[in-house]
Amino acid sequence: MEQLIEIKNLRVDFTLRSGTVRAVRDISLTINRGERLGIVGESGAGKSVLGFSIINLISKPGKITGGKIIFRGNDISKYSYEQMRKIRGNRIAMIFQDPMMTLNPVLTIGTQMKETILAHMKVSNKEAEKICLEKLRKVYIPSPEKRLSQYPHEFSGGMRQRIVIAISLLTNPNLIIADEPTTALDVTIQAEIMDLLLELCETENMGLILITHDLAVVSEVTQRIAVLYAGKVVELGSSKQIITNPQHPYTQGLIKALPQMAEGAKRLNQIPGMMPSLRDMPDGCPFAPRCAALLERCKHEIPTLKELESGTQVACFMREGVE
Amino acid sequence: MRTRWQRFKQSYMLYSFLRDPVALTSFIILAILVFSAFGAPIVAPHDPYDPTTIEIMDAQIAPAWSEGGSSKFLLGTDAQGRDMLSTMLYGMRVSLLIGVGAVCLQAFIGIIVGLLSGYVRRLDNILMRIADVQLSFSTYMIAIFIGAIVQTAFGVAGYDRVAVPLLIAIIGLAEWPQYARTVRASVLAERKKEYVEAARIIGLSRIRIMWRHILPNTLSPVLVISTVQVANAIMSEAALSFLGLGMPVTKPSLGSLITAGFEYIFSGSWWITIFPGILLVGLILVINLLGDWVRDFLNPKLYKG
Repeated sequence: MEQLIEIKNLRVDFTLRSGTVRAVRDISLTINRGERLGIVGESGAGKSVLGFSIINLISKPGKITGGKIIFRGNDISKYSYEQMRKIRGNRIAMIFQDPMMTLNPVLTIGTQMKETILAHMKVSNKEAEKICLEKLRKVYIPSPEKRLSQYPHEFSGGMRQRIVIAISLLTNPNLIIADEPTTALDVTIQAEIMDLLLELCETENMGLILITHDLAVVSEVTQRIAVLYAGKVVELGSSKQIITNPQHPYTQGLIKALPQMAEGAKRLNQIPGMMPSLRDMPDGCPFAPRCAALLERCKHEIPTLKELESGTQVACFMREGVE
Repeated sequence: MRTRWQRFKQSYMLYSFLRDPVALTSFIILAILVFSAFGAPIVAPHDPYDPTTIEIMDAQIAPAWSEGGSSKFLLGTDAQGRDMLSTMLYGMRVSLLIGVGAVCLQAFIGIIVGLLSGYVRRLDNILMRIADVQLSFSTYMIAIFIGAIVQTAFGVAGYDRVAVPLLIAIIGLAEWPQYARTVRASVLAERKKEYVEAARIIGLSRIRIMWRHILPNTLSPVLVISTVQVANAIMSEAALSFLGLGMPVTKPSLGSLITAGFEYIFSGSWWITIFPGILLVGLILVINLLGDWVRDFLNPKLYKG
């Protein structure tokens, strides 16, 4: 399979007066053309920062301090603002959490869509409109001709997210980064949007990075899952393997914490403790203070990703011991 | 598809406007004033700019209804024998022209500076300090300074010709920081919003993001201060004219009419000062009342009780 994007040993630091926050620590991932990868983890694990660092738009004082992002053969982490502008929205598109906020309230959606096309393609106004209509039909917006001249407030939440998706599709990107695209929507709409994303990725052969904290959602849409903990990938494998046979104690905890796993118990399962502050990490495995299967080694050494027989990669000394 | 006009007719803006008697009355009065000012050559009974029609014998005739009044001059005449009503209409035209012109200039400079300093963080400090320096000069001080220089440079006859653009430039340049600060504050609030981030992710250029995405979202405070600033600019012009630094007596504005009449007020010719004064106060009042309505409409959070 052709490789679409390769992230190599990526590091992102936020330098603050009170110290350096290492939000992304040595993450390596690859995504092939048309592949869908889920990134899961709890709040503050570095999921969104990872997403933003791919398009080089981390808000200050964040900075990529190491590693490479190779997109179609070029290291885009070194690109200038102007070079990057040609890739953003063109080859790599991004979808945000809250569709209420991502559309400009004073411009019609037609204007906003055309703007994207005209920023990246040399087409006439008429042709741009045709592309808009085509993409709106793809995301199942009824009577798109009428909708083009409407303002964002005239749409419901689910419709708006569809429009945001349509905007991201306008330039036929190779990769879509969806940062919790359904968190702000209700459950029935969530399913619709996810189905839509899945369908579009399949028909257009687009790569997808789905950032979410909802394991149930990821497992349905993506082929592979990366579990992030404190800025590191702790487990990486096929969705099926990770859901049915989680290897890392953290992933196991996450899956046990799903409400449907509680099976009639009065209280839901949870992982004790909190994620360590990204400012001062423990010496050893970052998960050690919360781990139920703690070894003496875990307190001093940081485990690295090792591939198991099943193909899953996991960063845990426990699994190394088994083999 | 609804046309713009149909959309306007159904809009909440029109509805709320028609239900507010103060706004409606102010608007009607303002419309009459503006119409009669700009239609002065048609509406006014005399032409105060044409010296051949002015008779010095007609000087200081009282208003038509009082003793010694003439039905030819409804509001009396001034010291040079010009019909007060006509002179006031022509004067209001000059005042409005300067007021609106100065505000356009202020808005133009202020919006550009405000956008740049709000969005491009590197420019913020320097632009805002320039604005602070500008604000620390009084409008009148600058006006007196420049006005004196121009008057000596062009002579009295030449000054007549440049007076209107000069006053527009002086008042415009003195007040732009008001706009710059308002726009900057709104830009700072808007640039944090996600649609701006989304626009960056789409890959739009900075200028386009500033101009097409942020600016339209900052326009409501701009609209509100614009109405207030028109009233302020007209008042500034009147004050400058009163001090003898504004419009010359041959092409009077409301302010210079008030000054011109001031000398005669003790000799009993009160109408030369009082009528332009009332007109000026009325004009400013209706503009401010309309401005209040615009502010209340655009910022519903301010609803009073």
